[in-house]
Amino acid sequence: MSTRMQGQGDSSLKPGAVLQNRYSIIRVLGVGGMGSVYQARDLRFPNATKFVAVKEIINIADPSMREMVVRIFEREANTLASLDHPAIPKIYDYFNQGDRSFLVMEFIDGKDLETYVNDSSEMLNEEHVVEWAIELCDVLSYLHNHKTKDSQAEPIIFRDLKPSNLMLDQHGSIRLIDFGIARNYQAGQKGTMIGTEGYSPPEQYRGESSPAGDIYALGATLHHLLTKQDPRIEPPFSFSERPVRKANPNVSMELEAIINTALNYNPADRFPNAQAMKEALVALRRRSSGMLSRPLGTGRLDLGNLGKAGESTASPTTSASATPARAEVTPLWVFKCEDEVRGSPVVGNGLVFVGAYDNNLYAVTAADGKLLWKYATDGGLPGSPAIHQDIVYIGSEDRRLHAVSAKAGKLQWTYYADAPIRSSPRVAENHVFIGADDHYLHAVNTATGRKAWRFQANDAVRCRPAVTNDRLFFGCESGEFYAIDLRGERKWHFKAKRGITSSPLLANNTLYVGSLDGMVYALDASSGWTIWRFRTNKPILSSPAIDGNLLLIGSADNYLYAVDVRTGREAWKFQAEGQLNSSPAVGKGVVYIGSVDGSVYAIETANGKLRWRFKSGGPVTSSPTLANDIVYIGSFDHCLYALTA
Amino acid sequence: MVVVEFFKNLFRPKEPLAAPGVGSAVRPSDPDATVPLPDLGSRPSPDSLKSKLPPPSRSRFTVGTAQDVGMVRPHNEDVLLTFTGELNGLEPMPNLGLFIVADGMGGHSLGERASALAARSIAQVALQQILPSLLADPAGDVERPLLTEVMESAVAAANRTVVAGVPEGGTTLTSALIIGDQLVLCHVGDTRGYLITDNHFEQLTRDHSLVQRLKELGQITDDEAAVHPQRSVLYRAVGQGDGLEVDVISRRLTPGTLLLICSDGLWSLVPDTLLLEIIRQATSLQAACDAMVKAANDAGGPDNITVVIVQMPG
Repeated sequence: MSTRMQGQGDSSLKPGAVLQNRYSIIRVLGVGGMGSVYQARDLRFPNATKFVAVKEIINIADPSMREMVVRIFEREANTLASLDHPAIPKIYDYFNQGDRSFLVMEFIDGKDLETYVNDSSEMLNEEHVVEWAIELCDVLSYLHNHKTKDSQAEPIIFRDLKPSNLMLDQHGSIRLIDFGIARNYQAGQKGTMIGTEGYSPPEQYRGESSPAGDIYALGATLHHLLTKQDPRIEPPFSFSERPVRKANPNVSMELEAIINTALNYNPADRFPNAQAMKEALVALRRRSSGMLSRPLGTGRLDLGNLGKAGESTASPTTSASATPARAEVTPLWVFKCEDEVRGSPVVGNGLVFVGAYDNNLYAVTAADGKLLWKYATDGGLPGSPAIHQDIVYIGSEDRRLHAVSAKAGKLQWTYYADAPIRSSPRVAENHVFIGADDHYLHAVNTATGRKAWRFQANDAVRCRPAVTNDRLFFGCESGEFYAIDLRGERKWHFKAKRGITSSPLLANNTLYVGSLDGMVYALDASSGWTIWRFRTNKPILSSPAIDGNLLLIGSADNYLYAVDVRTGREAWKFQAEGQLNSSPAVGKGVVYIGSVDGSVYAIETANGKLRWRFKSGGPVTSSPTLANDIVYIGSFDHCLYALTA
Repeated sequence: MVVVEFFKNLFRPKEPLAAPGVGSAVRPSDPDATVPLPDLGSRPSPDSLKSKLPPPSRSRFTVGTAQDVGMVRPHNEDVLLTFTGELNGLEPMPNLGLFIVADGMGGHSLGERASALAARSIAQVALQQILPSLLADPAGDVERPLLTEVMESAVAAANRTVVAGVPEGGTTLTSALIIGDQLVLCHVGDTRGYLITDNHFEQLTRDHSLVQRLKELGQITDDEAAVHPQRSVLYRAVGQGDGLEVDVISRRLTPGTLLLICSDGLWSLVPDTLLLEIIRQATSLQAACDAMVKAANDAGGPDNITVVIVQMPG
């Protein structure tokens, strides 16, 4: 794949061309920004085939500058000629001819590492990469400690370390090619281009180059070699978001930590010099070769700030096993019913109302959990009550919707459906809207308890409808989701792959709802068009809550998800120890949710971190209700709990 | 309409929507309480943008567009595509809008071919999926495709088309689909989308450019970015191989909101404040677009300039 899109004018020398009566061009090895690199034959050795590499720099500066450019070129060529390191090719000659300067150097017969990594179908072997990295640290250390003839420090910064500038020679050793002479003369770029340099450190784009920049580029190179992810086509400086071991779990934690250290944004956080990085790599090599029986990644490398670098790549997923900030949670009060509390409490008039499987609707004082009254139906109460104008409404498995006075628990009226009611009512426009297992959504007059109309769905309706001033929205157990007007006429419908038990949330004219197919859907309330869907790994029974731009919803895959409503993509997820079929409640930057593992979790909405966890004596499918900084929630252990938020 | 009135009367007296609780103490804690809706019946006052623009249309999108090769480039590599549709009457259709700005790159004629192919490809794939559902009876058994997935599949198709058709070319792309008041915007590269409401100017898109990343890392300032020698270097574009990652943004647009999409030939030359001032001074969206192109050319016009402004019905 081409990462540079600017065309290169074809000004390359042709095979057969002879420079200085000595170097016969054989082929182009590569084309760079400032000219080509050729393989040539040195004609001074008529009886032996001696190849050289000839690097060409086309001098595009205007005539007044040309002389200076040539002088700088000659000075740098002299510096390179004075270098003596096995990884640096020998310089044989340099000369100027016309508008071009040429550098003649050792021809290395091998393969550059970019080609090498592209050609290999499998991930590269860690041991080999560590070996190359040690050699590279060695040569960087040599360059960075370079001194002039009169012993003045004159560090040489390579500035363009990357796989394509590293050759693997026939002996398996790494050689540095393409010293950056040409880079000093690069003209400004014209036009939009695709592909960044990829390996360069952030500070280099401010014009800073230092030994620490070469260390970063070495880290970037190692990252590419081990992950096969080309950084030139990834977001720049995104290495910490793409940890090595995520792409290649065979890499040891120690090597990942070394690479992360080299790749720190802040030069001061990288290795202080190439020698220090080399020592870390040598220590790693010693450990892994000396202790073959040890599984990879269990040892800790004692290398100062390596741990710090590792933390910067922490996964955005957090889990229940993390240490909570507030470990002990003691309920304000506990109220015990006679059977499981599966539905969710509602708070109003200083009272908490909750239904239980003992058939009773309870009214308990919110402050201290004292029973005020209980009202008996003839069936279990799996849903939540609704309270409106001092009347509490609740559906029962006895097929009835019950309207009871909030103050005394006195029956006002009951309304019969044709099958058990396992949903929760919604009160609006002087009507109670409630679904039943008879497949109908019923509209019942709040004053009289009489039916206004009913709408036939395709299957049982077990969610609580959402309502606007002219529409109702609800799903049913076969996956249909309906928008009907307030006279019961269908406006649009949508079908999920499996049932919709989750109650829709309406925010900003968008409906959010979960489905047993594992998806969360965002639907346009006006038109029924799906804006996005978000996939979880198990059915969703939980109903969503919203906090700013974050949609919060639990799934039977044990995760609480925070989804950005603008993109439909995950912001974070929190792992509980059991299914999350309860519906979250949000207040003051904290989201509360119950789990089948028996716990109630309090999690920070900003980052998904656990704030506290309360363990009840049974599964919690009840949804929390938040009022006056108190969380009310029921459990299968028969109890209703009041917890300090 | 008579029947509707009858049933409205059925539910009188019409009061503000009440949550199923007894007041504000309960509301925030109800896990599935409805969040108060924006007042859909209200209209923005004609001067809500504090501009000389006429009030927005009551029923349809108002659109202005302008495109210019600029003062330096020999040819135009930008593409501008707009589609709007409305159906009013019994069972009205939500308004449809598709707006694309793409800025091709690659030298010779590769850039203009890449951007043109991409825009056509997106429009084909998106409209093929959307139009049948949009024109179907809304109360019938309509299968409606997912809007974000429609747009993602359309951009993926555009990417494949450019990879196959112009392997050495590429293009940026900002592509906005509006159904009713729901915007779904897909974005790759450094063309930009902005939302303008009242005096609020919001950049919806994030440039996939080197300098944008350097700014986010605190390595360079806005001013340094504006003159950085590598300011035109992108790390993501359409037509660069498989697995293109696309930014997808969905937003609900309030009545009267302006959506502006433009190529870097505009935004890199004309600062946001001046764009906003041009909108305030303009007497129509078309006049605003023309004035923006002129401002970019007055600033040197080094690149092709493309702009589209869409106003939501009021």
